[in-house]
Amino acid sequence: MELIINLLINGLATGMLIFLLAAGLTLIFGLMDVLNFAHGGLFAWGAFSGVWFYGLTNSFTVAIIGAILTGIVLGFITEKLIITPVYGNHIQQILITLGFMIVLSEMLKVVFGPNQLAAKTPPLLSGSWEIGDVIIIKYRLFIIIVGLIVFGVFQFILKRTKIGLIVRAGVMNKEMVQALGINIKQVFLYVFMAGAALAALGGALMAPYSGVVYAEMGMEFAILAFIVVVIGGMGSFPGSLLAAILVGLAGSFMAYYVPALSLAVNMMLMAIVLIFRPQGLFTAKG
Amino acid sequence: MSILLKVDNIHTHIGQYHILQGVSFEAKEGEVSVLLGRNGAGKTTTLKTIMGLTPATSGTVTFLNEGITKNATHHIASNGIGYVPEDQGIFGALTVEENLKVAMRKEDDAARERQEYVLELFPDLKKYWKKEGGHLSGGQKQMLSMARAFINDSKLLLIDEPSKGLAPVVIEKVMEAIVEMKKQTTIILVEQNFIMASRIGDTYTLIDDGETVQSGQMSELVQNEELKRQYLGIG
Repeated sequence: MELIINLLINGLATGMLIFLLAAGLTLIFGLMDVLNFAHGGLFAWGAFSGVWFYGLTNSFTVAIIGAILTGIVLGFITEKLIITPVYGNHIQQILITLGFMIVLSEMLKVVFGPNQLAAKTPPLLSGSWEIGDVIIIKYRLFIIIVGLIVFGVFQFILKRTKIGLIVRAGVMNKEMVQALGINIKQVFLYVFMAGAALAALGGALMAPYSGVVYAEMGMEFAILAFIVVVIGGMGSFPGSLLAAILVGLAGSFMAYYVPALSLAVNMMLMAIVLIFRPQGLFTAKG
Repeated sequence: MSILLKVDNIHTHIGQYHILQGVSFEAKEGEVSVLLGRNGAGKTTTLKTIMGLTPATSGTVTFLNEGITKNATHHIASNGIGYVPEDQGIFGALTVEENLKVAMRKEDDAARERQEYVLELFPDLKKYWKKEGGHLSGGQKQMLSMARAFINDSKLLLIDEPSKGLAPVVIEKVMEAIVEMKKQTTIILVEQNFIMASRIGDTYTLIDDGETVQSGQMSELVQNEELKRQYLGIG
């Protein structure tokens, strides 16, 4: 039983990290119809800047805020310089964002050096609790809680605020939103920056979880995030959460019970969903 | 009556197709101007061009004596033009309340009063306040779409085929609503149903193959059997 609980917590924590990356991606795709392969680069920049800010200030709170701000600034630059010229053209989007992903990764090496960096867990979140035979690692529980809080906050914004309504309406019918007097391009920018901030937060939380950060980590996680977006349904925020948890749990359990299949399980999961529900588990379109 | 909107010799291309090839007409304040013509004549594209959704490649659109030909759609809407598209453009996963809330540009007392007035005009919407737009009937969707365009005190409403696909009893309700809205605003109406168009229209513009063929008073067109037969296939 304790093994199951440990695998469960492990899977949930990984799932939440993937969710933070996928949540921005799904909103960006759902609203803006943009395939952003550079999203993983923003995740990696969040991880590196989090480690850098933590080393500088010894405050994990500052590290997280610093990483989020880095994500917002990079999100602004990416949307303005890279995405704006290629709206409406998927082939160009894939090419330019893949290229920018490589630029972002290489820039990490220029700014922080070519080697991977060690990431420390803050003392308050280090260690574990033992409840009977079950060992709960504090930091993993922390990630799960942060993921749920982020989900709750964004769900509140999407469901209960005017800007959230506009974003949801924009996912369904961009043309009509504009015809109601709303500057959809500005909304695109805000959503892109929010997505970048979430990715950076995911990266910053990932760093102490894995213990090291390296320039290529963005691409590795971006692939998982794309799988999650497809499984959850393009543009669906709750869909992303559910799919990320599924992917996290499947990875965690498979890695223990059938290690040979641990990498293939996500693809299998995606294939099964696509066969029975090509639109994904949830749909945001009305 | 002063001219609220003037469309002067507009040409619009969509992709490689030259859809509008010289559409001109005027909409006077307080009137219902009806755009008539066969399917594919360019009526819907004319409305979309006014809204900036398919911008004109040449010609001019003037609203309140200001050129809006090259303006962004959201600017055109904010300046006081409401749009009811042919497919109604309802946000299916949002409730009736949320559909209206997205459209409301202000949330002060005056805006709330306006909302009450609009809901009196479309009482069904109050009944289905918490129902998702995607689950409304065709008539209810049409009402919601018109209410959404009307909720900001627009100076001009562009309404595209409001009777399309609706039962006669619902068409009657839509007509009553348009007549009521006409008391407060100017309307440009695209309508295939000539009986409806002739009952509520003050003026008409006939469009054929992307060009304006003739404009005038609706009462004149009602009498002109030749024109109706030639361009509308009726009479």
